[in-house]
Amino acid sequence: MRAIGIILAGGSNHRMRELSQKRAVAAMPVAGSYRSIDFALSNMSNSHIQKVAVLTQYNARSLNEHLNSAKWWDFGRKQGGLYILTPTITADNSVWYRGTADSIYQNLDWLKQSHEPYVVLASGDGVYKMDYNKILEYHIEKKADITVVCKEMEAGTDVSRFGVVRLASDGRLEDFEEKPMATDKTTISCGIYVVRRRQLIELIEKCAQEERYDFVQDILIRYKNLKRIYGYMIKDYWSSIASVESYYQTNMDFLKREVRDYFTRQYPDIYSKVQDLPPAKYNLGANVKNSLVSSGCIINGTVENSVIFKKVFVGNNCVIKNSIIMNDVYLGDNTYIENCIVESRDTIRANSRYVGEDGIKIVLEKNERYVI
Amino acid sequence: MLLAGGQGSRLGVLTAKVAKPAVAFGGKYRIIDFPLSNCINSGIDTVGVLTQYQPLRLNTHIGIGMPWDLDRNNGGVTVLPPYEKSTNSEWYTGTANAIYQNLDYIETYNPDYVLILSGDHIYKMDYEVMLDYHKENNADVTIAAMPVPLEEASRFGIVITNDDGQITEFEEKPEHPRSNLASMGIYIFSWPILRNALIEMSDQQSCDFGKHIIPYCHENGNRLFAYEYNGYWKDVGTLGSYWEANMELIDIIPEFNLYEEFWKIYTKSDAVPPQYISSESKIERSIISGGSNIYGEVYNSVIGSGVTIGSGTVVRDSIIMKNTEIGNHCVINKAIVAEEVEISDGVVMGEGEDVPNKIQPKIYSFGLVTVGEDSYIPPNVRIGKNTAIAGNTTPEDYPNGALESGESLIKAGDRE
Repeated sequence: MRAIGIILAGGSNHRMRELSQKRAVAAMPVAGSYRSIDFALSNMSNSHIQKVAVLTQYNARSLNEHLNSAKWWDFGRKQGGLYILTPTITADNSVWYRGTADSIYQNLDWLKQSHEPYVVLASGDGVYKMDYNKILEYHIEKKADITVVCKEMEAGTDVSRFGVVRLASDGRLEDFEEKPMATDKTTISCGIYVVRRRQLIELIEKCAQEERYDFVQDILIRYKNLKRIYGYMIKDYWSSIASVESYYQTNMDFLKREVRDYFTRQYPDIYSKVQDLPPAKYNLGANVKNSLVSSGCIINGTVENSVIFKKVFVGNNCVIKNSIIMNDVYLGDNTYIENCIVESRDTIRANSRYVGEDGIKIVLEKNERYVI
Repeated sequence: MLLAGGQGSRLGVLTAKVAKPAVAFGGKYRIIDFPLSNCINSGIDTVGVLTQYQPLRLNTHIGIGMPWDLDRNNGGVTVLPPYEKSTNSEWYTGTANAIYQNLDYIETYNPDYVLILSGDHIYKMDYEVMLDYHKENNADVTIAAMPVPLEEASRFGIVITNDDGQITEFEEKPEHPRSNLASMGIYIFSWPILRNALIEMSDQQSCDFGKHIIPYCHENGNRLFAYEYNGYWKDVGTLGSYWEANMELIDIIPEFNLYEEFWKIYTKSDAVPPQYISSESKIERSIISGGSNIYGEVYNSVIGSGVTIGSGTVVRDSIIMKNTEIGNHCVINKAIVAEEVEISDGVVMGEGEDVPNKIQPKIYSFGLVTVGEDSYIPPNVRIGKNTAIAGNTTPEDYPNGALESGESLIKAGDRE
């Protein structure tokens, strides 16, 4: 493909509440077997983008661990590959990334040394499948300077955490509001952009000269009347997991057959790091209904309408309802969990009870686990 | 050196298109994963895999050895098929002959010791401990051996040792065994001894380790030792023992535990996604691999990756391999269903009397239904016990809609 990829995975997010204590949003486990960034990475790989940079800053250890080899997404190539770009102190820079545009500015050399004519910018918190070639074709056809991927949300959806757009009938961006408190618009930006590489370098350099650091505020909104910015509407499944509620809902969406089949049975595949775990085991007393269960789990109790991530142990007489149990959690016998997200590597003592009364409860337990 | 060229004909239709080491085991694994994982876990990072019978599946599975960390700059895994030479071009005629034909491969690494393994056993073993034992005894050959019940000893190669573990005599399948230490087909040779024996015995027809090389070394006064192994070791050479070994994985705390952090078993993972269990499902005492969709009931079974089990279907005491699709309202009892099989709605398997199989009673027994890979089974047929099915079967193949116990239905050719 004639593009390089940049995945913005740097941010922390207060909407993730306690879940962001442990990791960047892009490293959030999703749908039992994946991490959020797998979707953008797999889309890039499946679109034949050969060279991809992941810009990280906030709490990146978990993300770096996930990306410790490029081979899972087929980026272990002689040409291109996967670049993890964290802030570094250089002769003329000693600050953290001050925003999305700044993070690209601090790695402008990488952009300048590439030779592909286009750049695909994506965020690391989207759960979707996309052939970026289609957007690039549209971008070229419209002679656009920047193309923004947009989606029409259902009426009544709270769009206050998104960029909200209005498009002209030919697709040209007319209005862009970033995270509006109140708006009558329902079309949102998915945070996926296509732009010519030289154009991006020029915009980012100008931005830096003016000490502006944000891609949306200082480039998209500021230039919307000056540059040809177009919206590309998508209809397929797309979800951003960057709030506890949408994270929960996105996971639950995978219990629907059409969503699950779209992501796991239809070409192309979403890839993830392979962890060499044995098949899931259901012992006597297991009672699993309408749930996702991942490799390495051992189930002895009842699980309903839930997503169980890898290597979870569910003790005898446990009841888990409408919950998400993240990786490597140990649930002692007789535990009752409802409407909760249980943080990874937690150890829940026997006879515990956690119920999310109004909304989703996040369970963080740091009990000691005795391993034989 | 991992011997993986055998057919394993006692596994019937399961090995019609794949070599025995490539047959699926324990849901997501293949039999060869166990010796390969043992190698890397023991610190052996140079492995030659000798292939001959139906190697395609085996080759694609092993690839460059990435899942086992055997993609190395030096050493790593090398697949060694038989090849044409200027003087002759013969197949591998025996286990030792296969190694003899690859002397060049071993010589490029010029090792001190060579470990000979076979690709058809299920076990976890630290070969390094065995090598330490070999060095300690200043041995020329060390044979791994395990105690078996004396009444069964006549099925094995039996070693008779003195108090130090040195082998004094060697008997192949003796009628009246004088010891219960059975050879496991795992040998460590000091390389010069092996090299010399292989060259000296190169004219031997179908040169075999158990029959020729070990007796040759013994007669020539080499120091042979038995390394006693007492862990889990399972020969999965017959459909009965293959089925049994799979079923043992389901126990609450299985003797052979795949869930231990220590000594992991690696495999080429076919499926990333999790498995889905529907609201009508019931699953107990089973292991299920990634990417499967279960809409029916599963009891006491081992299910591979990407399997679909339809609603209203009940699967009991069965092994269902990768990507097989089972329709709605089926009853599957005590069956081994290979990869990529399609079973239509309303099929009943494993019913009726326990009549021995008419054609191959020794292979298709234990009351099992065995279905070969890529098979198709039409709707609403009933299939009895001790039966074998392979190929794209049509309703006309089932007189009165049934395949009675003891019958076989093996069709050539592939499914469209």
